[in-house]
Amino acid sequence: MARIFAYIVHKNGVADDSAAELASAARKIDAAQAPVAVVTGWGGELDAVCESLCGGFGEVWKIGHEVLAYPNAELVRQALAKVLPAGAIVLVPHAHFATDLSPGLSIRLNAAYVPDVLGIDGIVTSDGGATLKLVRQEFGGQVNAHVRCDISSGAVLTIRPGAFQPAESAAAGGTIIDQSSEVGVLSARRRYLETIQPEAGAVDITKYPVLVSVGRGIEDPENIPIAQELADALGGAVSCSRPVVDAKWLEKSRQVGSSGQTVKPKVYLACGISGSFQHLAGLKGNPFIVAINKNPKAPIFRVADVGIVADILEFLPELTTAIRQQ
Amino acid sequence: MEILVCARRVPDTSENEIELNSAGDDIERDDLVYSVNEPDNYAVEEALRIVEETGGMVTVVTVGGEDDEEILRREMAMGAKSGVLLSDDSFAGTDGRGIAAILAAFVKRGHYELILTGVQAEDGAAQVGGMLAALLDYPFASLVNSIEVQHGKLKIGREIEGGAREMNEIDLPCVLSIQTGINEPRYVGMRGIRQVASLPIPTFGAADLGVNGNASAKKAKVWRTDYFMPPLGKGAEILEGSAEDQIAKLIELLRSKGGLQ
Repeated sequence: MARIFAYIVHKNGVADDSAAELASAARKIDAAQAPVAVVTGWGGELDAVCESLCGGFGEVWKIGHEVLAYPNAELVRQALAKVLPAGAIVLVPHAHFATDLSPGLSIRLNAAYVPDVLGIDGIVTSDGGATLKLVRQEFGGQVNAHVRCDISSGAVLTIRPGAFQPAESAAAGGTIIDQSSEVGVLSARRRYLETIQPEAGAVDITKYPVLVSVGRGIEDPENIPIAQELADALGGAVSCSRPVVDAKWLEKSRQVGSSGQTVKPKVYLACGISGSFQHLAGLKGNPFIVAINKNPKAPIFRVADVGIVADILEFLPELTTAIRQQ
Repeated sequence: MEILVCARRVPDTSENEIELNSAGDDIERDDLVYSVNEPDNYAVEEALRIVEETGGMVTVVTVGGEDDEEILRREMAMGAKSGVLLSDDSFAGTDGRGIAAILAAFVKRGHYELILTGVQAEDGAAQVGGMLAALLDYPFASLVNSIEVQHGKLKIGREIEGGAREMNEIDLPCVLSIQTGINEPRYVGMRGIRQVASLPIPTFGAADLGVNGNASAKKAKVWRTDYFMPPLGKGAEILEGSAEDQIAKLIELLRSKGGLQ
């Protein structure tokens, strides 16, 4: 069985929550081996992350290099391609860094690539070699797919955040192995300059206990007032999902999701929102979720507390009128 | 600047409810409405804006069959100067890596300084651009939401978490995956489509491109066996009845959950 490696995303000397989820996913592939954590970075922060991982991993491979202080995927990919053994199975948390790093890494390693893995159903061995049985989602989460992956020359898998629960008893007692000297010279034709924080919007959606959140189902910018009137009646604010911002109907600061704001309202009305995992990633604190969508198959109904199958353009004004009469 | 945009024809999820077929192993493909993968429109629009500034030409390419010509014509109606179809029976059933290998073979025939893809297609894989860059040994950046042309290089923004933007410099030639919202893709009317309806679409097969067995389905490392409906999870309590009944129940619930004082 090939060795399994988990690429650890970290910030300010602290490993991301995904580290423990990758360890769980690795044990779903092969319960018999303790997975290896691979950490790239530089200096004291790198050391701190490596030490924190010894509990959950059999080995922690440390790759320290001055130019890796900021995780530039072009440099990290070069470093990993030099250090990882042939046939390795590499797990990466599925987020913006993974989309930068992983497809090209699979080419460099001559390995199979399966992104955004939700489930692992074990390995099938036949005379042709070994294949891994995986679960993915397609069409914005409307359907799932069983996927087979030939791992005879290794694999790179990106793992959906939250899909694998961290194991309870993490006591692998791992040791740190410094692989820095294997990396050699790294140079990238893409250079990190700076990170620009988002501008604050006129309305801070993180401050409201009730959010009336609109998606593609709002259909036209002229319909936004329908949501605003309901939000006003409830003492809340209007937020939205990505397509509404892409269409420039509302400003970016109103967007809930992994690439937008993280909100913790008491009540969240998802109106004409299909419910992609990137959108739901911005919803914390276990709010009471009301989904209103004319598509009864919309994924949002799988996570909402209460659902109404209706056209929001008709339903919301009626709801607003009824609330005003209370 | 010579720019190549890789596009794809997909079932339009905003127009379709995706359901399983009666056998339960594939999606129901009868009556599906197809269109160009929406993020690819943003990539084409960005390419057009760059050539308006720097000169040059935009080419759109797709891997597929005759049915896929319609999306090439749509992007030509937007302003792309040519559309190219890469088509061969041996391409059927290939994986993302195979698509990237076919595209790489096409790129090597030309002199493209910049190659763009949409951020992802309906399978959510977001894989072909990064693979293509690695096969060509070009630098790559994903989730690009701003591009400024500089001498021999680009200054780009990448969308990262929490609405932040990571600024980078990237040397040309390079491959970028374009995030939705980077621009407002121009409208294409029926008239625009008609104007490009009779333009020839050059087509290249496996032999023309010199792609070996790596691009064929038999060598795919990754394949889908079937589709299935996702488990319901906790599942919402669906409020039934007339709109009045639904509203009355909803108001009661909102009051008990702190959504209504």
